[in-house]
Amino acid sequence: MSVFSAWVARSRGLFADNKGPWGSPPSGGSNDPTPGPWGKSAPKRPRGDGLGGGVSSLEEFLERNRRRFGGTGGGGGGGGGARFVPDRSLYFWAAIAFFSLWLVFTSIHRIAPDEQGVVTVFGRYHNTLNSGVSFTLPAPISRVQKVNVAEIRGVDVGSPTEETLVLTGDQNLVDIAYRVLWSIRDPEQFLFELRTPEDTIRQVAESAMRQVVSQMSLNDVLGVRRGEIEARVREEIQQTLERYDSGVIIRNVSIRQADPPGAVNEAFKDVTAAQQDAESEINKANAYALQLRQLAQGEATAFDKVYEQYQLAPDVTRKRMYYETMERILRNVEKTIVETPGVTPYLPLNQLQQPPRPSPSQSQGTGAGR
Amino acid sequence: MSLLRAHPFASLLIGLFLLFTLFGTVSIVPETQQGVVTRLGKPVRIVNSFEPGERFGEAGAGLNAKIPFVENIVWIDKRVRDLDMDVQQVLSTDQRRLEVDAFARYRVVDPLRMFIAARSEDRVEQALRPILGSQLRNELGKRPFASLLSPEREGAMENIRVGLNRIAEQYGVEIVDVRIKKADLPTGAPLDSLFARMRSAREQEARSIRAEGAKRAQIIRAEADAEAARIYAASFGRDPQFYDFYRAMQSYQTTFLGDGQNAPAPTTIVMSPNNEYLREFTGNR
Repeated sequence: MSVFSAWVARSRGLFADNKGPWGSPPSGGSNDPTPGPWGKSAPKRPRGDGLGGGVSSLEEFLERNRRRFGGTGGGGGGGGGARFVPDRSLYFWAAIAFFSLWLVFTSIHRIAPDEQGVVTVFGRYHNTLNSGVSFTLPAPISRVQKVNVAEIRGVDVGSPTEETLVLTGDQNLVDIAYRVLWSIRDPEQFLFELRTPEDTIRQVAESAMRQVVSQMSLNDVLGVRRGEIEARVREEIQQTLERYDSGVIIRNVSIRQADPPGAVNEAFKDVTAAQQDAESEINKANAYALQLRQLAQGEATAFDKVYEQYQLAPDVTRKRMYYETMERILRNVEKTIVETPGVTPYLPLNQLQQPPRPSPSQSQGTGAGR
Repeated sequence: MSLLRAHPFASLLIGLFLLFTLFGTVSIVPETQQGVVTRLGKPVRIVNSFEPGERFGEAGAGLNAKIPFVENIVWIDKRVRDLDMDVQQVLSTDQRRLEVDAFARYRVVDPLRMFIAARSEDRVEQALRPILGSQLRNELGKRPFASLLSPEREGAMENIRVGLNRIAEQYGVEIVDVRIKKADLPTGAPLDSLFARMRSAREQEARSIRAEGAKRAQIIRAEADAEAARIYAASFGRDPQFYDFYRAMQSYQTTFLGDGQNAPAPTTIVMSPNNEYLREFTGNR
């Protein structure tokens, strides 16, 4: 404790000594015995023996110091200074603590694995810190701006709810929504080269997409060449940003939606419907063709088989077929055999054709057998 | 020390004065700014001015000394800045209106000239914005509408950039790039007629697709018919007479008995005894 207070006293004295040029009277040589800071009369000693004169004890050392530094400023001043000593030391230590904390916090930097730190010394770019713990000069001198270089940021242009109409090369409009993914490649360029990097990327993305789409036909945009558009837009954005030294790399451009505008959507749906219609028409025709072919082949084969047999015995086969067919037919139909040729015109054929009716038939009346 | 205690107020003033002098003498020049040092309002030198191809940490950024209270630093942005333009109506040579939204990117390359001509970036932008608009109208007005939707557009943009740059040079500004952000048809009649055209084009497409489908279906059917005919002919043609008989038998049966799926209408046959089938019926052989 006493060492501690001695150190304080000494340092206090150091300050006092520093301020010597502002008119402190020469120390030690004062004539009157000045009361010490703690009210104790200092032993009068010549300045000459000072520190070199064999300090017998710590007490004496302190005493001498007190006399040398504390007791120099004249009665009132010394007394006043002495009264503030405990407060001063508190402030002093608080200041030291604050200073060292601040030193620690502003000169040790922990850079996360996905970050880089751009160090500027008095505003001038100094170096770029990689991930890990690094040291720089403290705050007002050095400044570290941490930039996340791994994070993939997105810019969305167009939304599913609102139409973003873009003119195509064949002077049609397409409603398009896409996302541009980018990340920071050079943190220093990103920080120092562009005033509004995010806005710039968005504007360039918009412009590049419109430029590429304006060189494609509507069907290309809606259909198969989407991948090509994405690749070209990405390249275009990258080239343009390169021209600004933006330090940005475009990771990906993805078209989330490319639709005809709502006002003409019905007509586009009708085209799809027409494709379906045509498809089904062709399918039907194919089914018919298949059926017809099978039928023809079947019939032809059947005829061929019968014909083979017919050739062996033409007359008999012919007769047989005839009678068999007639049998089958006449067995199942109503038959009327009229002997006299003149009767036929008077037959009430209308009634004859309705056999389920139990009414006595004219044909039976005329004596026709069943 | 005693003086400090004797005149605390004066000491404070002196301290503040010294502090101010220090701050007035030393200024921190960041990488993103260039400074025009003015002595009593008159520009005398430039700190951290833009040099093409320079690398960070090598050029003028950092601490800079100047005469306190006499010299001031006017900061001018060193970065690429955005010059955004209001939407312009452009009339192409084929009398079609187009709403064009464009932007330019610029950088102050001669801060001294820029300071003398305009003093601040905002005023440069105010001055250049209408020029960009008129350049755009002039350049695009020389072209037909269709060329705005073609790779030729690049050439137009380059012309605009060069034209704008010529004027921007007077402000110590370099135009890095001019790009069209949007080129839209104005809402109302032009947009509606475009929609109508798109719609009719789709209707045409739909019709032609349907017609194409019908055509192909018909061809398929006809081919099948031909194929069937060929098969029949190849087979039946070997004996037309027998085919006639054979087919008649089949036909009678189908007509009077049905084809196995549909029952035939009830039939009554009125036969004459002279019928071939009843030939033996009369018994007079």
